[in-house]
Amino acid sequence: MSGISARLPGRGKVTARTRSERRLGWLLCAPAVIAMLLVTAYPIGYAVALSLQNLDLRFPEENSFAGLDNYGAVLTSGLWWQDLFNTLFVMVISVALELALGMIIALVMHRAIFGRGLVRTAVLIPYGIVTVVAAFSWFYAFNPDTGFINNLPLIADDKAWFGERFSAFAVIIMAEVWKTTPFMALLLLAGLTTIDDGLYEAAKVDGASAWQRFWRITLPLMKPAILVALLFRTLDGFRVFDTIFIMTRGAQDTESVSILGFNQLISRLNLGLGSAVSVLIFLCVLIIAFVFVKGFGVRMAEGRPGS
Amino acid sequence: MQHRPREYAFWSIGMLIVLLFALLPVIWIVMVSLKPPNQITTGPGISFSDAFFPQDITFKNYETLFEGGIDQSPFIKPLINSIGIALITTLVAIVLASFAAYAIARLNFPGKTLILAGALAIAMFPAISTVGPLFDMWRSIGLYDTWPGLIIPYLTFSLPLAIYTLVAFFREIPWDLEQAAQVDGATPFQAFRKVIVPLAAPGVFTAAILVFIFAWNDFLFAISLTSSDASRTVPASLAFFTGESQFTQPTGNIMAAAAIVTVPIIIFVLIFQRRIVAGLTAGAVKG
Repeated sequence: MSGISARLPGRGKVTARTRSERRLGWLLCAPAVIAMLLVTAYPIGYAVALSLQNLDLRFPEENSFAGLDNYGAVLTSGLWWQDLFNTLFVMVISVALELALGMIIALVMHRAIFGRGLVRTAVLIPYGIVTVVAAFSWFYAFNPDTGFINNLPLIADDKAWFGERFSAFAVIIMAEVWKTTPFMALLLLAGLTTIDDGLYEAAKVDGASAWQRFWRITLPLMKPAILVALLFRTLDGFRVFDTIFIMTRGAQDTESVSILGFNQLISRLNLGLGSAVSVLIFLCVLIIAFVFVKGFGVRMAEGRPGS
Repeated sequence: MQHRPREYAFWSIGMLIVLLFALLPVIWIVMVSLKPPNQITTGPGISFSDAFFPQDITFKNYETLFEGGIDQSPFIKPLINSIGIALITTLVAIVLASFAAYAIARLNFPGKTLILAGALAIAMFPAISTVGPLFDMWRSIGLYDTWPGLIIPYLTFSLPLAIYTLVAFFREIPWDLEQAAQVDGATPFQAFRKVIVPLAAPGVFTAAILVFIFAWNDFLFAISLTSSDASRTVPASLAFFTGESQFTQPTGNIMAAAAIVTVPIIIFVLIFQRRIVAGLTAGAVKG
């Protein structure tokens, strides 16, 4: 690139031009960096501090240092483990479905004979809709008192979808999949378009079936794109909150860890216990990211934030 | 290549399913919002079409949303809050992100990899972990239940998306033009303002759409850091809607409000779909 070669003579010694370039670089990045740290680095430290106190805003005079008591209380409660299971359950199933559906939609868009634009338009609609709005729509659709789902053939007329744990999970997962598959499909499509068509032609000549071409060419070459998309969707899935809040508010044992944290912090105003939950959620996210980076070898340099 | 009729049928059916599934919740929102109260209630023994489509169309659900003007209506103030907060967030985020992305894409300075890595880490940060501290901090410094109280966290969590999108776009810009301007005597800042800004406008616009959709969509901060219509946005206010009386369900009103905040966004998304796709996938794969 011309930009690099133009700069080469300056290498080795720090010229005035280099110094002013550095200063400008830092100056331009500073506001964004400060804005990003303001609401992440400082609050997470503050959350750790809060989590070590007995701090219930309903009884402010009983504020005292608690050490790790809050963590003990959370980690020995059945509720935390139950909610962690719920969160992981919803996360794993919805991300798996999103990957499968996203891949199918991406392949359809990539190889479409016609109507590629139409499919792209369609998949962008869920992306643009407010999660809460979509959750309400699905909620009223499945609710026996207001919905139409129970009036479809083959479905029991009086099925109470939100009255039982796993049917409630099914609706929650479906709403999540509906909302986030488009993003997955678009990322996978971007990965697909970088694969050289010549590879498929060569494989075809060698007699590889469409199925073999998918498993032996498409998947291996798309592995980096798939893993990055999976990492971001997995972390997004772990934070699931809106859909569950609207549909069940955690009733029928469908509570996620984010709902648990919200209930402790905002509904019960127990900042000590709630912050312990927040810090534990943060640690879970770190572990998930670590597993992806170390275990699956996700190259973060290729990643990008989504949704 | 030749395509058999069977192949056409296969694509057509596949596309129809995708289209229907994507549109179903939107169509359903509009259907319910147009139903009179007695048809909103469905139940066993009703045919599918009677349950899905309104038998009589009414705009009553929309009218009640706006009844009583700005002071009485449960919807007008949240709508203004949503639009204002999302617009201000977008404006500030795009200005800050453009500066940072320009520096990262163009300038050589130590620490830019760290900034990109940090932005990526923040994109993975669980918002719920900051809700407690922000709730406490905002209450003590008076930002609780105010516009800035929501704009600040939205800014933080939309900046990574904006920076990554803009860096990807900025890397595509022909930089020789900037150097030509500098050769002609422009300072680096002048070169940025007069040459790069016009070239970068499409990318900036794309990033702005993504940030707006992000701020428009948020629910967790909106219910945690607000307590009244002074700053409650539409998604949060929907969760607090009540019926006209104790005995009526707010279903029709919620769906009418849902339609109002959904339909314009969908039209917008459809108009700018190429940009959104480009923005969502820019830099997603090395190419």
